[in-house]
Amino acid sequence: MSLVFLIFLPIIAALFIPLLFKKIGQIHTGWFVLIVPVALFLYYATILPTTMEGGTVVSEFQWIPSLDIAVIAYLDGLSLLFTLLITGIGALVVLYSIFYLDKNREQLHNFYVYLLIFMSAMLGVVQSDHMISLYLFWELTSISSFLLIGYWYTRDRSRFGALKSMMITVFGGLMMLGGFVLLSIMGDTYSIRELVAQSPELANHDFFMWALVLILLGAFTKSAQFPFYIWLPDAMEAPTPVSAYLHSATMVKAGLYLVARFTPIFAVSGTWLWLVAGIGLLTMFWGSFFALKQKDLKGILAFSTVSQLGLIMSLLGASAAGFHVENAAETAFKYAGFAAIFHLVNHAVFKGSLFMVAGIVDHETGTRDIRKLGGLMSLMPISFTVAMIGSFSMAGLPLFGGFLSKEQFLTAMLTLTEFDLFSMDAWGILFPVIAWIGSVFTFIYSFYFVFHTFAGKHKPDQLPKPAHEAPAGMLVSPVFMAVLVILIFFIPNIVGDWLVKPAVAAIQPFLYNSPAEVDVHVAAWHGFNTELYMTIGIFAVGGLMFWTLRKWQRSYEVFPDALTLNRLYDNLMFLGDVGANRFSKTYMTGFIRSYLVYMFSFLVIIVLGTFVLNGAFAIDFANLAPIGFYEIVIVLTLLGATVTILASKSRLTAIIALGAVGYSVALFFVIFRAPDLALTQLVIETISVALFLLAFYHLPQISRKEERMRFRFGNAIIAVGVGVTMTFVALAAHSQKALPSISEYYKETVYSEAGGGNIVNVILVDYRGFDTLFEIAVLGIAGIGILTMIKLRLSKKEGQHENK
Amino acid sequence: MEIIMSVLIGLLFMAAVYLMLSKSLIRIIIGTGLLSHGAHLLLLTMGGLSGDAPPVVADGVSVADYADPLPQALILTAIVISFAVTSFFLVLAYRAYQELGTDNMDLLRGTEDHE
Repeated sequence: MSLVFLIFLPIIAALFIPLLFKKIGQIHTGWFVLIVPVALFLYYATILPTTMEGGTVVSEFQWIPSLDIAVIAYLDGLSLLFTLLITGIGALVVLYSIFYLDKNREQLHNFYVYLLIFMSAMLGVVQSDHMISLYLFWELTSISSFLLIGYWYTRDRSRFGALKSMMITVFGGLMMLGGFVLLSIMGDTYSIRELVAQSPELANHDFFMWALVLILLGAFTKSAQFPFYIWLPDAMEAPTPVSAYLHSATMVKAGLYLVARFTPIFAVSGTWLWLVAGIGLLTMFWGSFFALKQKDLKGILAFSTVSQLGLIMSLLGASAAGFHVENAAETAFKYAGFAAIFHLVNHAVFKGSLFMVAGIVDHETGTRDIRKLGGLMSLMPISFTVAMIGSFSMAGLPLFGGFLSKEQFLTAMLTLTEFDLFSMDAWGILFPVIAWIGSVFTFIYSFYFVFHTFAGKHKPDQLPKPAHEAPAGMLVSPVFMAVLVILIFFIPNIVGDWLVKPAVAAIQPFLYNSPAEVDVHVAAWHGFNTELYMTIGIFAVGGLMFWTLRKWQRSYEVFPDALTLNRLYDNLMFLGDVGANRFSKTYMTGFIRSYLVYMFSFLVIIVLGTFVLNGAFAIDFANLAPIGFYEIVIVLTLLGATVTILASKSRLTAIIALGAVGYSVALFFVIFRAPDLALTQLVIETISVALFLLAFYHLPQISRKEERMRFRFGNAIIAVGVGVTMTFVALAAHSQKALPSISEYYKETVYSEAGGGNIVNVILVDYRGFDTLFEIAVLGIAGIGILTMIKLRLSKKEGQHENK
Repeated sequence: MEIIMSVLIGLLFMAAVYLMLSKSLIRIIIGTGLLSHGAHLLLLTMGGLSGDAPPVVADGVSVADYADPLPQALILTAIVISFAVTSFFLVLAYRAYQELGTDNMDLLRGTEDHE
């Protein structure tokens, strides 16, 4: 039970932040915030021994039991690994932000509230076993990320970046929700554990492929995979601690988490393998290639994050291949899953430190433009060392953690070529080739990042501020992470045993019963093999290309801006806006005639269509009343008056003719034995005509010019259509009476029950008196309305017209 | 007789719709007047036009001979309501003439900045 509530601890802490900020202003609010992730980290670390033995911790809170919706915290190796990353790096980032953000100038209460909400959301994403609560937390990460990117909301770029990331990640989130719903229909449960248990049956379900694609869309948008990576570079407008935390170490890995979590369910499908591995590798290459085009330190890091996320994604895809071979634990496929998780840890650590260094450089020199920077090595020796360690790890140099994971990456990609399912044998050779090219570019941009910032010539005249080393407090977190990067190289197997193997066992539950069975031993030196030659090739080619970088970097300008994905996104947004506007302008003309035409046309189409499709039309010549002489005379009078209305030039004639129609109708009422109706009709027609004459009399001078109604063919067509439709309706309704009238009851009981003789009046005030009550109300309202319209002249009193 | 009435109702609707599609406000209101006449006659016709006696209890008239009273009650209600709406509408038109100086529906299209 308690574990579920630990997820919400940061949000609860966030409630007190504004109070602390306002009341205890002299102490930086971050110090209070720091307690939360540290405490959580220490607590979650105590669960490590359990997961190392393959154990899990489950705790449940029934939220909406009637709908089977609960918040279930489920900690296995994978969840715990992410949890420790979130809380651990969270603590370091909060520590860094204390020195990065000024307590007097910044709105710290906003910042830390958003950050703590984000921390809760992230913990919820990685610990949720219930898909609905997973989605809930997923969207909460999108929202808090939106708030954090737009933290400096007075800047245009911040708002643009926040909106863009929101649009893309929420699009993916909604797709993912669709996938979750399909999965829950397929498996009749919301629990991911239970779905994994019944995964063999799920593969044959009709929805399987839909759920797969939709969930992958969610993962790809969140983890900035091709082509959805475009929001990540624009999210760099966020404060640097946010970039370090959200956009390198935690949130962008939520998609990876999702893929890893659902691998046991979907890995049986070849589509999954191809999509995850293929898109991942494409993203890896694309990101590393375009990282060199960037001029902004954080831009380089954003593209490198995209690239590294692609690398991990492709490894997760490759690990799915392990589901298709016998005894996967004895083949090289076992490396893929291990390498994915191992590199995930590596990347979180070194990328966090690199972002912090970029922030320090920005903070101490006033710019992040790599063309203005240079020669900071002697001025900022500690930052330089940290940046170098991080970059070398990213490039995959020996002595740093990244080397180990890159070796395994190459091993996994090479193994894919031996895979003989899903036409992998034909195209598999592409995998190691693209991976190698991507690694070369990774090598170059890592060196580009560190040496173009710190080496070369110092240009003090171009820097807004004189450069100097950062304060010690700001350096604590990056130095700590740099030490970790090196430590991982020397003790990879401890990291492997504690963190990676339990996670791998969670991704591939059908392969391993417990983490101890994951038979991977990481060694820095593994003999002369293909991977080693490839690595040497990367260093050689990468080094050569970096050396000549200035000569060929200009070739990036050849790529036209009009064909970039960013431009595509902008155009899509613009088209959505303008297109919707244009579309509504085509039919929202503002003329009442247009709208009447739509309504009448649809009436005709729908009613006549029903007649034709359902064969509802019928005509019955039985039970007809006889045709009398007077009736015919009145019919002709009425028709004559109607034609007069249509044909009259003068409006006065039309009004008089309308009166004639009304009196003819009254005569009909006389002939058809309705005395009350005839009376009412005569009186009301008289008053109406008087009112019409009043309105006519007040016509403005300008439009008094009388003219005949011009004949318009389109109007005539619609009018004829409506007339014919109504005739058909009347005939069909008359000819098909299903039940006898209820009126027999009224006729029989009017005297005995109600004590009256006039059946119509008794119905009006006795049997159905409610109608009459509200009809009186209608008259009253109309009277009051008319009075107010005439008496209330607000616009004239104020001497101005609302519409002028 | 019912068939003739049905055709007549159709013609009334036809004329009403044609008038409602015109530009002049007063013709539109005349159109709605015709439309309600058509609807009332439709109600009466659908109740059946047979029946020899008005629905007022009289000696020597059997129950079956009375005209159907229910449609008459419904029409009476409808007449009053359509009268209320028509008179409201007419005064609205009259006020519109006074304030805006036109009865051309094509000119009554909201303000310029409302585009």
